Amino acid sequence: MITAERKPIAEIIDSIDSCRRILLVGCNECVTVCAAGGRKEVATLASALQMDFMKRGKTIEIREMTLERQCDPEYVEQLAPFIDQVDAVISMACGCGVQEVVRRFKAKRVYPAVNTKFMGASERPGVWAERCHGCGNCLLGLTGGICPIARCSKRLMNGPCGGSSKGKCEISSEVDCVWQLIWDRLKELGIQDKYEDIILAKDWSTERGGGPRRIVREDLA
Amino acid sequence: MEKFEPVIVAFCCHYCAYTAADMAGSMRLSYPTNVKIVRVPCSGKVDSIHMLKALEKGADGVLVAGCLEGDCHFKNGNTKAVKRVTFVRKLLEEIGIEPERLSMVTMSAGMGMRFAQIANEFTAQIRKLGPNPVCAGIEARTKSSKVA
Repeated sequence: MITAERKPIAEIIDSIDSCRRILLVGCNECVTVCAAGGRKEVATLASALQMDFMKRGKTIEIREMTLERQCDPEYVEQLAPFIDQVDAVISMACGCGVQEVVRRFKAKRVYPAVNTKFMGASERPGVWAERCHGCGNCLLGLTGGICPIARCSKRLMNGPCGGSSKGKCEISSEVDCVWQLIWDRLKELGIQDKYEDIILAKDWSTERGGGPRRIVREDLA
Repeated sequence: MEKFEPVIVAFCCHYCAYTAADMAGSMRLSYPTNVKIVRVPCSGKVDSIHMLKALEKGADGVLVAGCLEGDCHFKNGNTKAVKRVTFVRKLLEEIGIEPERLSMVTMSAGMGMRFAQIANEFTAQIRKLGPNPVCAGIEARTKSSKVA
C-alpha cells in the first residue's frame, strides 16, 4: 500500500484557519490500512480541529466523509453535492487522492492532511516498511523475491557493500542488510548459485527519473 | 463567583474498574459526584475518538479505568488502552489542551478504596487545572456576541 502519516496538526490548522466550513475527506484504502487517513482518523482529526477552534473562541463546521478511494474519478464525484457548501477541502488521502479531488473541483481549495511516504507492506500491526520503489522494471525474480532497489540504502544490484555487518545496514541497526536477506533467501530456496549471476547496470528510464509516468491500456482506454 | 465543579467522564471496564466503583458504593466510601461512570466491557474497547469526543463535548477530565497489568479479562485490552491514552495525550498537547486531562488508571475489582481515592485525586487535579479550555472559548464567544 501507499503509506502516509498525518501532518502536524498546527500545519493543518494553518491551512484552514480562515475557513468556516470544511469538508474533511478520508480514503478507505491505503491510508486506512496504515491508520493515517481512514474513517477513524477523519473522526479523530475532526474532533481535534473542532476543539482547537473552540478553544480560540471560533467555530468551524466540519463535514466528515470517507470515500472508497480518492484516486478514481467515480468516487471523487461523490463529493459533488457537498462541495459548494464548504470553503475548503482537507484530504486525508495520499498525494494521488488529493490531486484527483483538485482535478475534479478546480475552483475549490484542497489541502493535504497527510504526508505521503512510501510503497510498503505491514510488517506487523502498526508497523509498515518500505518494500517497493516503483522502478518500472521488476527484478524480484532474480533476487529471490526481495528488492535491493527499495531496501538497499545504496540500491546496490550485486551484493552488499563493506558496511554490511551482522545482517544489518551501516546506516542503522534497525535496517536489515537486504543483500544478507537475499543471500539467506536464495540459500533457503537452494538456488544460491544464482547469486553470482551479474545483474547488469539498470536502465533507470523506466523509473520516475525518466519523467512522470503513464500507463495506457489500449483495450480499456 | 460560582466555584468551578469539573465534569469527569470515567470509562470503567466491567470486570475490574466498574466493579471496584460498585464496591466503593457498597463500602459507603464517598467519591465526588463529578465523576460520571460509563461502563465498557473492557478498557480496550475505549477508542481514541471516545476520549476526544468526551473532551470536545465539554468534559473537563477523562479517566480510562481498566484491570491491573496482566489481569485483563480479555488478555491485553488494558495494554491497548494505555497505548491509545498515550497517543491521545500527545494529540491533546498538539492542539494546546493539557494532556493531564486524560489519564489511564488500573485497579482490581476488589479495590473499592483505590477507586474512591483515584476519583478524589483526579477530581482535585482537574479542579486545579480549571475548566476545559474548549468550553471557556465557546463561553467567551457567546458572551461577546451577546454584548455586540
